[in-house]
Amino acid sequence: MKRTSFYKIYKELNAKLVPFAGFDMPVQYRSIIDETLAVRKSVGVFDVSHMGEIEIYGSDALAFIQIVTTNDASKLTPGKVQYSAMCFNDSGIVDDMLVYNFGTHYMLVVNASNKDKDFDWLKENLFGDVKLVDKSDEIALIAVQGPNSLLTLQKLTGVNLSDMKYYTFATGKLADVEMIISRTGYTGELGFELYFTSDIAISEKVWNAIFEAGKEFNIEPIGLAARDTLRLEMGFCLYGNDIDQTTNPLESGLGWITKLDKGNFNGRDVMLKLKSEGLKRRLVGFEVEDKKAFPRKGYEIFINGNPVGIVTSGTFSPTLDAGIGLGFVDANKSEPGTQISIKIRNQEAKAKIVKLPFVNK
Amino acid sequence: MIFPENLKYTKDHEWLSLEGDTGTIGVTDYAQGELGDVVFVELPTVGKEVKVGDIFGTIEAVKAVSDLFSPLTGVVVEVNSKLESEPELVNSEPYKGGWMVKIKLSNSSEVSTLLDSESYRALVGH
Repeated sequence: MKRTSFYKIYKELNAKLVPFAGFDMPVQYRSIIDETLAVRKSVGVFDVSHMGEIEIYGSDALAFIQIVTTNDASKLTPGKVQYSAMCFNDSGIVDDMLVYNFGTHYMLVVNASNKDKDFDWLKENLFGDVKLVDKSDEIALIAVQGPNSLLTLQKLTGVNLSDMKYYTFATGKLADVEMIISRTGYTGELGFELYFTSDIAISEKVWNAIFEAGKEFNIEPIGLAARDTLRLEMGFCLYGNDIDQTTNPLESGLGWITKLDKGNFNGRDVMLKLKSEGLKRRLVGFEVEDKKAFPRKGYEIFINGNPVGIVTSGTFSPTLDAGIGLGFVDANKSEPGTQISIKIRNQEAKAKIVKLPFVNK
Repeated sequence: MIFPENLKYTKDHEWLSLEGDTGTIGVTDYAQGELGDVVFVELPTVGKEVKVGDIFGTIEAVKAVSDLFSPLTGVVVEVNSKLESEPELVNSEPYKGGWMVKIKLSNSSEVSTLLDSESYRALVGH
């Protein structure tokens, strides 16, 4: 099992560890509910060093990224970040990712469990002057998220964080360590993601400096379980749950990052056809009305007793104090407001399709 | 992790405390830790007859759901109604305020099939 450069820290913090994508990762430090609310109300820190980072160099790098990803990377000017997806030629999703433009090169930040598959697919699509470098093992990544994240981190850096717009990044020193400071996150809150060398001493130095700076805000370490409730409260997709190679971006609520008019890209022909024929199913968010029933992945969705779909992610929402979930339903039954039911513990619990996000920020 | 010596345990991570022919049942410290924050406990109705292995309740945690199995044969004589409003007691006091069901045993000899604290500790590797 691989370990991130923060392993010693979360062992000392007595975190509950789970194997995730080949890493021993902290799933929970004390309470999922408390950790979720700490991020919504103040500030929390996640070790997400297991994520993959792939750098792309060469004079054809942009043309290459335009072919392998769904979003329009020509709009991605240096210093900006773009949420995007990568598809197989049949339009099934290989992975969802962030794309960074450094001017000199690009960086893809991909799901840990997909990194090797992504790298293989990128290699298969190579053309012209393009060079791929897998930097995953050399980069530590922590996310500092929550309304007090900016005040915490600003104490440690000369980079003016309040000037940074959502989905932009800067390079500079924070806690005296050279890093990429990215105004991004997976929680819907004000937040930053910090990329720096995975050297253990440096990682611990950064972590400790952030916790010292955040002390007055009761900063807390946050595990993967709360990361999941936070992302689901925002209606963000999770690869392996809501999207995978059997789903396409259009039906998965990712039409907004799928630029069918940007020119050719992998899966485009199939998606154009799907679009003209009309989508058969759609990923929707729903809230369960019964306060004592919680949806889980794999549960069936019904309308008037007829099966119309399946839950892909479900949880108790600490912020809403209710069961929420995402699931695929027949496209003609996917309008917000539609009454559905979820089979939970052999009973049909009433639920309603709602607009995303569940939690408005 | 605590596994009191005066209790009996099951492979399904429940504990039983015996007083006369009435057994009080809950889930172990290990089980609550694995489940994470408990948000709802569904319990049987008083008077329900249960056999060994019957599902007689459900624990819903934020990230997981788990059935409760009756460790013994008998009749449910009391349930912990406090868990309706404070399900988190399962996490904070698994052996006290987090108890779930009391059963009047119809065959006390079944108690000998349960594990003692040492065997249970070995089972969960703590």
